[in-house]
Amino acid sequence: MAPLMSPPASVEVHGLVHDYGEYRALRGVDFSVGQGEIFGLLGPNGGGKTTLFRILATLIRPAGGRALIFGRDVVREAREVRLSMGVVFQSPALDRKLTVRENLDVQGRLYGLGGETLRKAMDDMLQRLRLLDRAETRVDRLSGGLMRRAEIAKGLLHRPRLLLMDEPSSGLDPGARQDLWDLLGGLRESHGTTLLLTTHLMEEADRCDRLAILSEGTLVAEGTPRELKGEIGGDVIVITTAVPVEVRDGIERRFGGPVQVVDGTVRIERPSGHELIPRIVEAFADRIDAVTLGRPTLLDVFIRKTGHRFLGDQAA
Amino acid sequence: MRRSLGAVRALLWREVIRFLRDRNRVLGALLQPIMFWALFGSGLSASFHPPVPGGTVPYEEYFFPGVVVMILLFTAIFSTVSIIEDRREGFLQSVLVAPVPRSIVVLGKVLGGTCLAMAQGLVLLVLAPLAGIRLTAAVLGESCLVLVPLAFALTALSFCIAWRMDSTQGYHAVMTVFLMPLWLLSGAPFPSLGAPAWLRAIIGANPVTYGLAAFRRVLYPATAPVVAGLPSLGLSLVVTLAFCAFTFGGALALASRTAHPASA
Repeated sequence: MAPLMSPPASVEVHGLVHDYGEYRALRGVDFSVGQGEIFGLLGPNGGGKTTLFRILATLIRPAGGRALIFGRDVVREAREVRLSMGVVFQSPALDRKLTVRENLDVQGRLYGLGGETLRKAMDDMLQRLRLLDRAETRVDRLSGGLMRRAEIAKGLLHRPRLLLMDEPSSGLDPGARQDLWDLLGGLRESHGTTLLLTTHLMEEADRCDRLAILSEGTLVAEGTPRELKGEIGGDVIVITTAVPVEVRDGIERRFGGPVQVVDGTVRIERPSGHELIPRIVEAFADRIDAVTLGRPTLLDVFIRKTGHRFLGDQAA
Repeated sequence: MRRSLGAVRALLWREVIRFLRDRNRVLGALLQPIMFWALFGSGLSASFHPPVPGGTVPYEEYFFPGVVVMILLFTAIFSTVSIIEDRREGFLQSVLVAPVPRSIVVLGKVLGGTCLAMAQGLVLLVLAPLAGIRLTAAVLGESCLVLVPLAFALTALSFCIAWRMDSTQGYHAVMTVFLMPLWLLSGAPFPSLGAPAWLRAIIGANPVTYGLAAFRRVLYPATAPVVAGLPSLGLSLVVTLAFCAFTFGGALALASRTAHPASA
């Protein structure tokens, strides 16, 4: 038993396994999310993010392991779990033929709200998401950013303590993305809402309190963005060249490893990269097109942990 | 219980609003069967006199109740086709993660479809005198009583099919090879009297036959030659109600299988 002092985690996942036929999408995933945290699940498409999301959302049953939301099992106590969380899907779950208010109305009734309570909840949510002047607009006439806000209003209408969001900023322009993040931050401040989101955007991952990187069905890393970047340490040198393998082998021979080739570029992680650069340039000047030196970013962490370079838009 | 009713009502209301906002759908679902009736009815009436015990009946008149059933079937299909896309990426996603039992979700959708089907069926039904069928308030009321379970069963059946489909193209294929024959072989366009034995056997095994028979039986007095030889009203109603229970049970089983059943 957990001591009374510590409330149950918002989300707790133990040894979660899931298969699609022969294919094992999740290979034993463990993590937990504290209350009021903004937690990001980062991973390439096909890495298991969506499967994990659908299990937590009570849409599919895991083949093995357990997932708890506020201490309740997503399979055996689905009803309680569903009441305690809001879900925002990647593809719009609004009825496009209905107005924003009508959508909220249906949603509220599905969560057992009605009458004055529902009316107040709708007005409050419309105001908070700055949708009051669009309340009577049909959803199919809203812009992408407004539609996403309506979607979030819908997910939050019944005041859940946890909001699950699948790729919340997909399809949003940078301005709308910033808006969304201001909103999510405010939500945590004012209501202590826990946010669990999946993303393949590094800039989005950087804003999370904690991150888990999911690749090929396993958690390959977990921690705060700062911790994850700290694991790499030092500098990252990226060399653009027409002959990456040759350059990699050459550098390894002369200066020692490890040196990686990632998507046609040569990557080196070193404590003091700036000292190495002149020597590399001198040795391979004829084969190098460009050299960059930088602090490790989440992208570097991601590459180190998964061996992938591009997260989005590639075949799953 | 009150919560569940609220949820059913909300889902039902949504179906109706959606339908009314889609002017093409309103027109299409109404005009097609009326055109069917007007064109086939008048076109075939010269060459085709459906045999009934002791004589024949004008084709417009014979065909009319069948067209009403066709409206029910078409509306059922149109109102469930959205399930296919809605479920994976649309409105239905959020319904499936809401804390309502699957039975409520299915009931809301099927009752919504039933209401739409009935509303459209009634618009055509009041034209019955044009087909030579006498219509009184009592007949109209009784017609509704027998048509509601038929509309419900047809919507639930379409629900089952749509739920299993990945694409609307697939649904159209099933519609052509399964749902249309269900109507064609129900005694709607031609009577089973005079049909070859194997066809009569299929018509007798088709549950829609009984829904249509019940409808014909309330439209005409028991002694009318048009209804002679049809299954009795009692049998027809029993089969139709069983059809409702079976299709609704199927829809419920399918909708519950793919995700967790929410208790309570």
